[in-house]
Amino acid sequence: MWLVVLAFIAICIAMRPALPWLVTYPSSWLLPVPSIINSVFGFLIPLLKPICAVLAIILRAALDACSAALQWMPWPAMILFFAILGWLARGWQLALFTAVGLGYVVMAGYWEQGMNTLSLVTLAVPLAVGFGFLLGVAAHSSRYVRGITMVVLDLLQTVPAFAFLIPLLLLFGFGPIVGLIACLVYAVAPMVHCTMLGLERVPPSLLEAASMAGCTRRQRFWHVILPTAKREILTGINQTTMAAFSMVIMAAIIGGFNDVGWEVLNSMRKAEFGQSLLSGLVIAVLAMVVDRITFGMAQPARDRTQTTLRNGLRMAVILGLPLFVAFLLNASPSTMAWADKAQGVIDPSGLNRVVIRFVQDFSAPLDAFKVFVLYHFMLPLRIGLVGAVTPFTWGFAWTFQVSTIYCGLSLSLAVWLWFRGQWQGGAGVLIGSTLLLLGFNGFPWPAFVIVVTALAWSVSGARLASLAGLGTCFIVGAGLYGPLGQSLYLCLLAVLICMFVGGLLGVAAAKSDRFSAVLKPVCDALQTMPQFIFLIPALMFFQVGELTGLIAIALYAIVPPIRYVEYGIRSVPADLVETSRQIGCTAWQRLIHVELPVAKPVVVLGANQTIMAALSMLPVAALVGTKDLGQQVYIALSKADAGLGLVAGLSVALVAMISDRIMRATVSNTGGALD
Amino acid sequence: MALSSSEPVAALKRRLEASGNFLALADVSFDVQQGEIFVVMGLSGSGKSTLVRCLSRLVEPTHGEVWLGQENLLSATERRLVEMRRKVMGMVFQSFGLLPHLNALDNVMFPLRMAGMPLAQRLKTGREMISLVGLQGRERSMPHELSGGQQQRVGIARSLAVNPELWFLDEPFSALDPLIRRQMQDEFLRLQRMLQKTIVFITHDIQEAFRLADRIAIMREGRIIQIGTPAEIMLHPVNSYVASFTEEVSLTKVVTAGSVMEVIPADWTGGEGVHEIDAAVPIEALLPRSIAGTRSFVITREGEGRVGLLRSEVIAKVLANDTIQRGAT
Repeated sequence: MWLVVLAFIAICIAMRPALPWLVTYPSSWLLPVPSIINSVFGFLIPLLKPICAVLAIILRAALDACSAALQWMPWPAMILFFAILGWLARGWQLALFTAVGLGYVVMAGYWEQGMNTLSLVTLAVPLAVGFGFLLGVAAHSSRYVRGITMVVLDLLQTVPAFAFLIPLLLLFGFGPIVGLIACLVYAVAPMVHCTMLGLERVPPSLLEAASMAGCTRRQRFWHVILPTAKREILTGINQTTMAAFSMVIMAAIIGGFNDVGWEVLNSMRKAEFGQSLLSGLVIAVLAMVVDRITFGMAQPARDRTQTTLRNGLRMAVILGLPLFVAFLLNASPSTMAWADKAQGVIDPSGLNRVVIRFVQDFSAPLDAFKVFVLYHFMLPLRIGLVGAVTPFTWGFAWTFQVSTIYCGLSLSLAVWLWFRGQWQGGAGVLIGSTLLLLGFNGFPWPAFVIVVTALAWSVSGARLASLAGLGTCFIVGAGLYGPLGQSLYLCLLAVLICMFVGGLLGVAAAKSDRFSAVLKPVCDALQTMPQFIFLIPALMFFQVGELTGLIAIALYAIVPPIRYVEYGIRSVPADLVETSRQIGCTAWQRLIHVELPVAKPVVVLGANQTIMAALSMLPVAALVGTKDLGQQVYIALSKADAGLGLVAGLSVALVAMISDRIMRATVSNTGGALD
Repeated sequence: MALSSSEPVAALKRRLEASGNFLALADVSFDVQQGEIFVVMGLSGSGKSTLVRCLSRLVEPTHGEVWLGQENLLSATERRLVEMRRKVMGMVFQSFGLLPHLNALDNVMFPLRMAGMPLAQRLKTGREMISLVGLQGRERSMPHELSGGQQQRVGIARSLAVNPELWFLDEPFSALDPLIRRQMQDEFLRLQRMLQKTIVFITHDIQEAFRLADRIAIMREGRIIQIGTPAEIMLHPVNSYVASFTEEVSLTKVVTAGSVMEVIPADWTGGEGVHEIDAAVPIEALLPRSIAGTRSFVITREGEGRVGLLRSEVIAKVLANDTIQRGAT
């Protein structure tokens, strides 16, 4: 089959000069999907608008009440409240961390914005948790609901959040309500997942024991299933909170609300790096505090002996003490005024100067690095070696002779692999080298569709192949082949970087407990950060451009390879390690020949996660000026063009789903071979 | 109790397998007497766990009848079933099935709570049950803080809390270490002497089966292939499959004095040094005295007095049988 594919690619390439439509998809063939979607929306929106208006009024009132309550509490009382929560959740270390972190928020002068962000989160989380829980229970008890839910969840997790901001924008107009609703929609998914997982994990013997104890169905649910699934459900609340938080920050992009995300975005646009660092750090601190507290509460309590009376007393202390302090402070304005002096003591303009000078001092090496990466790694993938290699960049011209040598080398490598029995490797080399020669921009789209479909076919079968074929045809047909190529090349580079660097870090962490202990909090912190944050350092050093986007993507997507590689190597069975030592492998041989092959399925899963992370970061990275699918979403957002936005969003989702399915199929293939 | 369908088993089996299902149980019919320990014994996959679940309707049989006294359980409504489980049945599970978020005492009281018993009464019964299984002082322990044996004691206490007539035990000791298992079996026999429940006991361990059972049903591939007292199964296995099981058990441990005794002859005088032996004692226990020269034992049964006579020659015969059987394999 691959022979046919290769022949087809060769024909496509050979025909390129004669038939230019092979490379740039002709605009007359475009599918009118965006306009159809727009007309559907044009029809639906007037119908839905009154309902939405009512909904918006209700939510707005709730939001105002919530933020008024949070603003009414003087900040010392609020910090006290969170510190007590932290203490209850995890002990005094977390209380201290919370107090210091929130103290920083005050000192950086972002308390008010921070509270606005939190009020959005506090409103969204209970709604999302409640709804997600109900949906999870429904999906658990009915196979029909389950099927639908799984599809919706899949879409929710792969369509970039920006894309579904657009229809909401059309329905609700600009403002925080859109953010709130987007946040709700986005945060429901982890709750549903965790609820279903928790309910599924209740051991069957417990269910039987419950029935034999004479439980009715309802009693069984409330007294047995729910308490047993409690841990997963609490984890779901934690993840939902984090998703809501991250989405609130993202929703700031449409503005209209004085929250931290808006501050970050604004200062980035004005190139005020001091401010953006400070406010970015505020987001990071808030994210970590919220995460640690909700995570701590999801852990099983250490002592179980407290009675309900004690619990009541505890609740009274948690709520009463901060309220008491709040009343005291509100009663004496002079004390409060004295305390308020702490607000905003950190001077952002000073920081601005420091950062700008720092960047200037290092501008020469930074620029050199930028140029090097751009010419040697990014351009060849984008426009191919044919276009990227010029005397100016690589020191020699891409002449006919060079081309011949390149083709000869890759051909002979492929043939050599073929003769060693690795015909897949051979085909891969040929396709890869063609891709490198022509770049994603010069690769003919029919060839692209065929390659993806054939790959899907060979790892899984007809069903996946049809998904892959139709999906890529849809993207190409919507006229997004150009941006798709851009996305793929950015993602590919980012994933390669992540797998390489992250893989090395993961191996190191698996080999050294101490290194692992250092790396773990860093990974935890990276994972709790909203995606936005990663733009700040990248932007600071490399200005607007694709390299910045690449770095931001790589920063965001580096955690999964570290985690999975470490986990994969650490979970190699001890007897295998012992056997290989007994046989006389050196540590290096053991790693290459035993541990990595055994850990391969886990590592592939990690690669899959990396790809997913990179794809989800694309629209965010579009903010700093990439030209990919994410940028299309972003353009659609600024034009409030629901059709384009949804099509572009769906395209990202399709890419994500296809690559996810292919990777998973690969894992199950190798897993099957291992057994 | 009978689970039966009008269709011939072989045809049914073919039909089910064609539709992607399989026949778990067929042609299973037996009755359990009040106060009896009825052991169902079979290898894994033989359908014994499914069988006990059909009795309690944790699994719904597609055909058949399960009679408890005058009531067909399979026609009971959901509500009646819940009521029966609250009052008449108790079950012990192989994997204990303790609720991880409740302590030992709360676990024991759980069925009572579900039945809506007031707290004071619940506590009283719960404490009684805890002390019945010898776990005093561990009432507040969480399941994960208890050893396997202790966890199963909690499971036993819980199953007995509602004072059920019917007691199902599904491989209750299979997850335990051999030494603990032995201990728990003794404990179980002690409880049964005290409580006199009607018991269906599932096991895959032939030694356990012979040790505990009043009667044994041996299962294979969803069917019962022999039902009988331990001695009957030992002495007259229906086929080589059953015989291969019993090889592992020493006859003298299983055959009780009562099962091989003869009627006391009218002219029997007894002479000096008559040994009175309970009918339930395995003849193994008589070996030392028999070898030391005692010629005959008088067999007694509680409440009936002297019921029979066992001569040492008979003991020797059983022993010889056992050895021949073993030698032959």
